[in-house]
Amino acid sequence: MTATAEKTEEVGAVESFTVTLKILRHDPDGLDGREPGAEYWEEFQVEAHATDRVLDALHAIKWEQDGTLAFRRSCAHGVCGSDAMRINARNRLACKTLLKDLNPARPITVEPIKGLPVEKDLIVDMEPFFASYRDIMPFLMPSGPTPERERLQSPEDRERFDDTTKCILCAACTTSCPVFWTDGQYFGPQAIVGAHRFIFDSRDDGEWDRLEILNDQAGVWKCRTAFNCTEACPRGIEVTKAISEVKRALTSGEV
Amino acid sequence: MTNHEFDVVIVGAGGAGMRAALESSQRAKTAVLTKLYPTRSHTGAAQGGMAAALANVEDDNAEWHTFDTVKGGDYLVDQDAAEILCKEAIDAVLDLEKMGLPFNRTTAGKVDQRRFGGHTRNHGEAAVRRACYAADRTGHMILQTLYQQCIKQEVEFFNEFYVLDLILDSDPQAAADGDEVAVAGVVAYQLSTGEVHTFRAKSVIFATGGAGKVFKTTSNAHTLTGDGMGIALRAGLPLEDMEFFQFHPTGLAGLGILLSEAARGEGGILRNSEGERFMERYAPTIKDLAPRDMVARAMANEVREGRGCGPHKDYVLLDLTHLEPAHIDEKLPDITEFARTYLGVEPYTEPVPVFPTAHYAMGGIPTNVNAEVLRNNTDVVKGLYAAGECACVSVHGANRLGTNSLLDINVFGRRAGIAAAEYANSVDAAPELPADADATVAGLVASLRETVGGDGTERVAQIRKELQETMDMNVQVFRTAESLAEAAGAVKGLRERFASIAIHDRGQRFNTDLLEAVELGFLLELAEVVIAGADGRKESRGGHYREDFPTRDDENYMQHTMAYATPEGLRMDWKPVVVTKYQPMERKY
Ligand SMILES: Cc1cc2nc3c(=O)[nH]c(=O)nc-3n(C[C@H](O)[C@H](O)[C@H](O)COP(=O)(O)OP(=O)(O)OC[C@H]3O[C@@H](n4cnc5c(N)ncnc54)[C@H](O)[C@@H]3O)c2cc1C
Ligand code: SF4
Ligand code: FES
Repeated sequence: MTATAEKTEEVGAVESFTVTLKILRHDPDGLDGREPGAEYWEEFQVEAHATDRVLDALHAIKWEQDGTLAFRRSCAHGVCGSDAMRINARNRLACKTLLKDLNPARPITVEPIKGLPVEKDLIVDMEPFFASYRDIMPFLMPSGPTPERERLQSPEDRERFDDTTKCILCAACTTSCPVFWTDGQYFGPQAIVGAHRFIFDSRDDGEWDRLEILNDQAGVWKCRTAFNCTEACPRGIEVTKAISEVKRALTSGEV
Repeated sequence: MTNHEFDVVIVGAGGAGMRAALESSQRAKTAVLTKLYPTRSHTGAAQGGMAAALANVEDDNAEWHTFDTVKGGDYLVDQDAAEILCKEAIDAVLDLEKMGLPFNRTTAGKVDQRRFGGHTRNHGEAAVRRACYAADRTGHMILQTLYQQCIKQEVEFFNEFYVLDLILDSDPQAAADGDEVAVAGVVAYQLSTGEVHTFRAKSVIFATGGAGKVFKTTSNAHTLTGDGMGIALRAGLPLEDMEFFQFHPTGLAGLGILLSEAARGEGGILRNSEGERFMERYAPTIKDLAPRDMVARAMANEVREGRGCGPHKDYVLLDLTHLEPAHIDEKLPDITEFARTYLGVEPYTEPVPVFPTAHYAMGGIPTNVNAEVLRNNTDVVKGLYAAGECACVSVHGANRLGTNSLLDINVFGRRAGIAAAEYANSVDAAPELPADADATVAGLVASLRETVGGDGTERVAQIRKELQETMDMNVQVFRTAESLAEAAGAVKGLRERFASIAIHDRGQRFNTDLLEAVELGFLLELAEVVIAGADGRKESRGGHYREDFPTRDDENYMQHTMAYATPEGLRMDWKPVVVTKYQPMERKY
């Protein structure tokens, strides 16, 4: 299966062991005598291999024990951004987190990402997150006549915004940010990453429109450089660095 | 039940769906229905590149590209469609660049290009640099760029809406040749509420992507369950060339996660347990960059003949160790990270275990070059379109060349969007939806919900696992009459067992348990079509290899397979291949 790491013994024998997952559940329908919206912790034991990912363990639960467990996933190898969740109190992609890296001797806690309304189990409402992304006008705004062939861009100019093009909109950064949790206004690190990708693109001329938005109340100055976002990013984007480049552009007036 | 009305409804928000939406929404009232958030679509997983004869780094032209596409597809390609694909490729890439796609650049600042399997200079002389790329994240950049443009154009999305039924104004199989059959709309299930919605529309575009989950080892996402193809089949429409599935040579062993062919384009070499560069034996001219079906079979053959690697001798090695680490980091950053993360292998210093993985459906919903869906060999369904991996134009024939699919979704996605909007603007109204338009979907959902706590003894996951295992075992790179009969029997048994499944979740909201059962229903039906097509095609061509008929047989089989679901079971038929200027010749590299 796309990634169900069950046959990894082909690549060197791996022992199997039992691991406990402690999952924060949320039941929107109120089944089995629960109130609609009830939250509770539930533990599951699964047989796993060290090279299995947390996503494999979640699938083992869903497919073999409790089909009601709900989570999003698609690609299963860290490129679609569906399955950011809080695993042992840190935001990660379930499909990119190997059990062996988590000390499987202790229960692994799995919770939905924080700061967005929980819909069911590990599924949250992503709409506020995408709304912030849309707010920073995440599309090329060139000026001047459209050339017949491609716009030219040197490899060096292309390199300036390379890091922030990698974003998969998983929300791990934004939902790890203490300012985002407590401040209902702050649109969070991802929106700044999304803006950075265009602000530093030599083909774009909308940088001051975006910088103005980021200079706003809900914007970049709310960042307290906690570095949680950089640590959380599964794509290895230096989120804090991108934010500081945006801050510098605002103070220096130069991109 | 909620009812909606649009001029154009697009099903799917991957590359094909969003490229269509950009055209359609400028011209007509458009809705995009997608079971995933657009940016989760599997187009984002594509790595290596998008082909176009830009000639930015060396001499190239659309005619050479067309020839390679036809030859790579083992002459099952419809040549009129391939000509369009390769000619429109250039604008397709330039359009994306103008939308902001961050392609890698040459020192002169132009879009850079690199080599990819089967793409050659002057009809096979040598490999040519034709693939436009952004590191090994080309699909990610395409998906993001198209999504960004959709935001700019304020395209209306219905996210996490699962389309499960297609409504036509009459039965396409009962209609006589030449009669008019038109689309009326679709029926969708909303994940967040469990509600069923009907969408009446003058035009509908299917862009639902592939069906790799029919197999166990696959590069495809969990969500690629062939829904669009399955819906079309159930609506009485044919599926074309479903036996042609591409097995990509370099999946991470045991996992199926893809390592792009760009790894070989950048100089990577396949080796067997003796350290031999075995592709020198199978394709002396272009070696490791031979078309995928040849490389995949060569690998499987090395393993069969005992030259596999590892404790079970069941994979071969992809060797990148002679490449500079800096070069690897610049050109192949993501895929080398996959090897580190998932296999614990350091590609700078160690070769990577690889084995073929089910990758791409060449077949699908038949269309003409305007993306209009065919209901038989000649008649289209008015207002119904398909584009991308779920469609079969057919530009890929029996084997798709790498980088031609990202091209396909852009060229034919765009064509579908324009054609659908223009058609919608040319008719007064869509046919009325029948009062019980939602009945099939509502009935399906209700009957699945009723299985919760009932006497059903079968598990969705177990049936799916057995399906995928039998497909890997019997319908992969090597096929025989016996293996196909075995698979057919197994699938028949699984379909019977599927009737007595029980699901767990009777909730209304985010009931993914229920949807996995629905998706498995599509997979089972599609597997049957794949097997029947493979059984009927008693020859070997492209991705379809019959050990009992190891050569290509142009006299009898240079034609497309057309499969129809009827109350009596599958009915198989043939459709001629369009040949414009390339007469079939032996495919040697
Ligand atoms: C790992 C990998 C690497 C690849 N690399 C390359 C490459 O380098 N070059 C190349 O040319 N090709 C490549 N390909 C192939 C190419 O990426 C795909 O064929 C192509 O992206 C498919 O695009 P699509 O728009 O047809 O489908 P997808 O991008 O898969 O989108 C399908 C859409 O349909 C929606 N959908 C599905 N079912 C339903 C339903 N029932 N209701 C509502 N919506 C639905 C989904 O939500 C999704 O939005 C690669 C493929 C893979 C798997
Ligand atoms: S910056 Fe990183 S963590 Fe944040 S949304 Fe993008 S990929 Fe996810
Ligand atoms: S499932 Fe796609 S990122 Fe994890």
